[in-house]
Amino acid sequence: MNLREKLEELKERGLKEINQAQDLKSVNDIRVTLLGKKGPITEVLRGMRDLSAEERPKVGSFANAIKNELAKTIAAKVDELEVERMAKKLEAETIDVTLPGVPVKEGQPHVLMQVIDEIEKLFLGMGFQVVDGPEIEEDHYNFEMLNLPQDHPARDMQDTFYINKRLLMRTQTSPVQARTMEKHDFSKGPLKMISPGKVYRRDTDDATHSHQFHQVEGLVIDKNITMADLKGTLALVAKTIFGENREIRLRPSYFPFTEPSVEVDVSCFKCGGQGCSVCKQSGWIEVLGAGMVHPNVLTMAGIDPKVYGGFAFGLGPDRFAMLKYGVDDIREFYLNDVRFLSQFSKKG
Amino acid sequence: MKVSTKWLNEYVKVDDLDPLALAEKIERTAVEVDDTYKMQDGLKKIVVGHVLETKDHPDSDHLHICQVDVGESEPYQIVCGAPNVAAGQKVIVALPNSRIANNVKIKKSKMRGVVSQGMICALQEIGFNDSIAPNKYEDGIYILPADAVPGEPVYPYLGMDEDIIDVDITPNRGDMLSMRGVAHEVAAIYNREVTLKHPEITEDANDSVENYVSVKAPAELVSPYMMRIIKNVEVKASPLWLQKRLWNAGIRPINNVVDATNYILLDYGQPLHAFDYAKLASKQVVVRLAKEGEKLVTLDGEERTLKADDIVVTNGDVPVALAGTMGGLATEITDKTTTVALESAVFNGHNIRKTSRRENLHSEASMRFERGINQATVQEALDACAELIASLGEGQIVAGVAQANERQITDTKVTITLARINKVLGTSLSATDVEAIFKRLGFKISNQADTFEVSVPARRWDIAIEADLIEEVARIYGYDNLPTTLPMGPTTPGHYTYQQKMIREARHLLEAAGLNQAISYGLTTEEKARRFAMEPAEVTSLAFPMTSDRTTARMNLISGLLDDVAYNSAHKVENVALYEQGRVFLRDKDNDRPREVEHLAGAITGLFRQSTWHDDKLAAGFYLLKGVLDYLFNAMALSGRIEYKASAQHEAMHPGRTADIYLDDDFIGYVGEIHPSVVKEYKIKRTYVFELDLQKLIDAPKKDVIYTPISKYPTVSRDIALVVPNEVTNQQIVDCIRQNGGANLQKVELFDLYQGENIGAGFKSLAYSLTFSNLNQTLTDEDVNRPVDKIVAKLKEEFNALMR
Repeated sequence: MNLREKLEELKERGLKEINQAQDLKSVNDIRVTLLGKKGPITEVLRGMRDLSAEERPKVGSFANAIKNELAKTIAAKVDELEVERMAKKLEAETIDVTLPGVPVKEGQPHVLMQVIDEIEKLFLGMGFQVVDGPEIEEDHYNFEMLNLPQDHPARDMQDTFYINKRLLMRTQTSPVQARTMEKHDFSKGPLKMISPGKVYRRDTDDATHSHQFHQVEGLVIDKNITMADLKGTLALVAKTIFGENREIRLRPSYFPFTEPSVEVDVSCFKCGGQGCSVCKQSGWIEVLGAGMVHPNVLTMAGIDPKVYGGFAFGLGPDRFAMLKYGVDDIREFYLNDVRFLSQFSKKG
Repeated sequence: MKVSTKWLNEYVKVDDLDPLALAEKIERTAVEVDDTYKMQDGLKKIVVGHVLETKDHPDSDHLHICQVDVGESEPYQIVCGAPNVAAGQKVIVALPNSRIANNVKIKKSKMRGVVSQGMICALQEIGFNDSIAPNKYEDGIYILPADAVPGEPVYPYLGMDEDIIDVDITPNRGDMLSMRGVAHEVAAIYNREVTLKHPEITEDANDSVENYVSVKAPAELVSPYMMRIIKNVEVKASPLWLQKRLWNAGIRPINNVVDATNYILLDYGQPLHAFDYAKLASKQVVVRLAKEGEKLVTLDGEERTLKADDIVVTNGDVPVALAGTMGGLATEITDKTTTVALESAVFNGHNIRKTSRRENLHSEASMRFERGINQATVQEALDACAELIASLGEGQIVAGVAQANERQITDTKVTITLARINKVLGTSLSATDVEAIFKRLGFKISNQADTFEVSVPARRWDIAIEADLIEEVARIYGYDNLPTTLPMGPTTPGHYTYQQKMIREARHLLEAAGLNQAISYGLTTEEKARRFAMEPAEVTSLAFPMTSDRTTARMNLISGLLDDVAYNSAHKVENVALYEQGRVFLRDKDNDRPREVEHLAGAITGLFRQSTWHDDKLAAGFYLLKGVLDYLFNAMALSGRIEYKASAQHEAMHPGRTADIYLDDDFIGYVGEIHPSVVKEYKIKRTYVFELDLQKLIDAPKKDVIYTPISKYPTVSRDIALVVPNEVTNQQIVDCIRQNGGANLQKVELFDLYQGENIGAGFKSLAYSLTFSNLNQTLTDEDVNRPVDKIVAKLKEEFNALMR
């Protein structure tokens, strides 16, 4: 057998072994045995020194070709086995994707706070400041500065928790307006503020009454503020809270601290104005009170009503939340049943 | 005020308007409308019956068997239990398959064996409230007028077919508490004419009021005060037309004299009072303030003890009426009355308000005096009423009026410019537009160019200043017609203050940590207000609380959260994680006003996380809540050092499981487990709470965030485990490790704690992982061994630690 034949035979045997190999280890063993430094091909090539100078390069290139072919076949076999192995591994790792996900623990802002946050966001965007004030207030700021002197019949509209003759639990967030108006420096620009917070009334708690609730009071005072501006501002509030397609309408009303005074209705977000149980078939829902600031209120705060004027409004986050989410008992807001609180998790 | 459109139509044409549309228009232009209805709403098949014959029921001691003509060919047989049913009467019959009050259906039936084809009704059975029905239900069925036609619906006979618009009058629109006032308003809304009747009075010229009475009254209590005398009056039931007007307005007919005063009250808005002249037993009437403790029995039979600011009408000696609120029983009009002393006056509304509030006596009269009276019609109403009494009771009006404090009636003049109106409303009305509106309102104007001098008649006493006129223009012009714009002018930045930002930040952090926001009540009991308070302070209490559980302003938030936990627990919700942000009210001695301090508190109980197929449960506990606080403090970037110190000082807290929290030696709050006895009191499970003075955290200095370079060289970790006596705290060990760890020690973490058999009682095993690194070089074994050896030596020395 000459060298060529020996190489030919080595090749045949090698290819056979490679094809029969079942796993990566055997393929690797074959590679080491066949192509290694001590392997049969190297051995055969050692016999080349007995060949003529003419034969040597021919056999050499023939041997290299066989070596390359074997290496290529081994590489292909390795790839094949790798793919197989990966397929098996993936199959073994398959999971039931319908098993439940791991719950994320996250707390919710209180639904009333969500409503207030939304209103604050709207007004901050319009250049309003948010002003806080005391919950225990003086009669002076809660009533008198708002054109509600002692014995005014409209005081009947708000039953009050008095602490003593001078102090009371504020019945509205309007006193914050009075306090802010007194301090505001109009040389630094108009006064645009909202004041959110807790208020208290001497009321018996039931499904529609609560001795504690929330209010957001708004106020704009400048030289050229009109009732049309009030209408436009409140239309924005209605659209922000109750949806883009909402309309508002104003109805005459009475508050001692504004004149003209209006109640503001929003077109029913449930039926769109056709009439349903939410709007008691009227197509409209009363949502807030507003008006042009009464000249007496301005004068008492040291602002000249001949030069300055503006509007004020007061809305109730509790009522908004009840309407928006269909909550039918105001007490739910203050009992903090976890099953209630965790329902309002929708963002945006 | 319940307005019958039929009555209204006598003053202003409205019979061409749909009542619902009219109501809507009133609501959009003047005052709110509570309801629009007919009294007959909901009733069906109720007709006039003519009782032809009655017989006693053979098997009953009170039932009658009646043959009733209901307009059919044959009479109906109806069994009736009323004591007053009699042949010849015209009655109210509910036919078979009719509907009476409260949606009750009447069917043909048998009563003790006798067929009854329907029911003969009392007014109460067809929807009349006891407060408006002239007779008591027990008195029996209602008798219709003799000319009622059998078979016709009864509603028109009783005025039940009239459309009623129930308007809710705001305090400023007292002028609409009368039919005439409503007529003026509706006329302005629709730009229509008002046609009012005015009384033409016939007096007995041969008799003068001076023969009967003189009046004396201080002007500050009543102005004016007028009285007329009507003599030879026969007191009896009023005619049906008058009764219908009253009950449709929600007032019960009583007798012709009283009904006349109520009718005029509704018509003019002028309260009137009729005294039985004979029972006055005096020829003078004196109005004065009551004497403290003076007594008066009012018409409702109540004995009232009077106060010094009540106004009373007296006979010169004793009170005979609580002025403007309710008359006295002793001088009441009865069927024996023959001479009536009729009062028309304007009492001081402030006094009336005090009296009616204190006595809880809100009458039709007091309500009007509180809101104001049309000064222009005090005498007209008196005359109209006298005339009506004389005509209904066939009496004569004695000539003259006894009067005190005569008033000159003048229009109120208010000046306003067109520019002003447009500036406030944002409109571009013309002078003609505005003139037209004032004309519709019945205000006279004289204008020079665009300046109007408006003469407001006395019937609109609510109008005195510019803003009042602007409101009138706005509402008559229509709020729908106002343009919709946004405020223009210099821009102002809108942003939260630092304080507001930090409060909202704190809320978001606790929500991210898994706690739901609660909003509890700010008012609580004194005990709960004080219980968890962080600092000693005085309570702030309500002068007149409504209920015993809401008497005091809270001084801590934990109490409220425990109420919430208890509520949840009572409703089988065992896993609760809540926080609250709000104010507490801390009062210093010698100060009636408390400080309002922003606090932050949390409460957790049960499982913080329930076990799932994937993870183990995580129970609420001290260390969980402490972790939440660490997260909060860390995120707030406090530059001071937070320290937890065991505290047994809080009475309502577990003495071994509570820590006071200090920020650089300043007490800022505490965290711990609720005392088992308090837990029992609230009927809840073990609960862990914290409360922080949020204001202190807001005011505390904060770290500026500055980038720290990250080492490029590997970190080296070493674990050490040691056994120490139980009293040695983690804090002591960590402090010791840090003090001796050298500059390369980056982190010390406790990764194991063991107490149990293998250690021996009174000891615990702790294991810490220490991480070393250096910014400029790779640390060698030697670099790390040196500090670790030193740490170990110190731990042995200081705590008698046994290294493992």
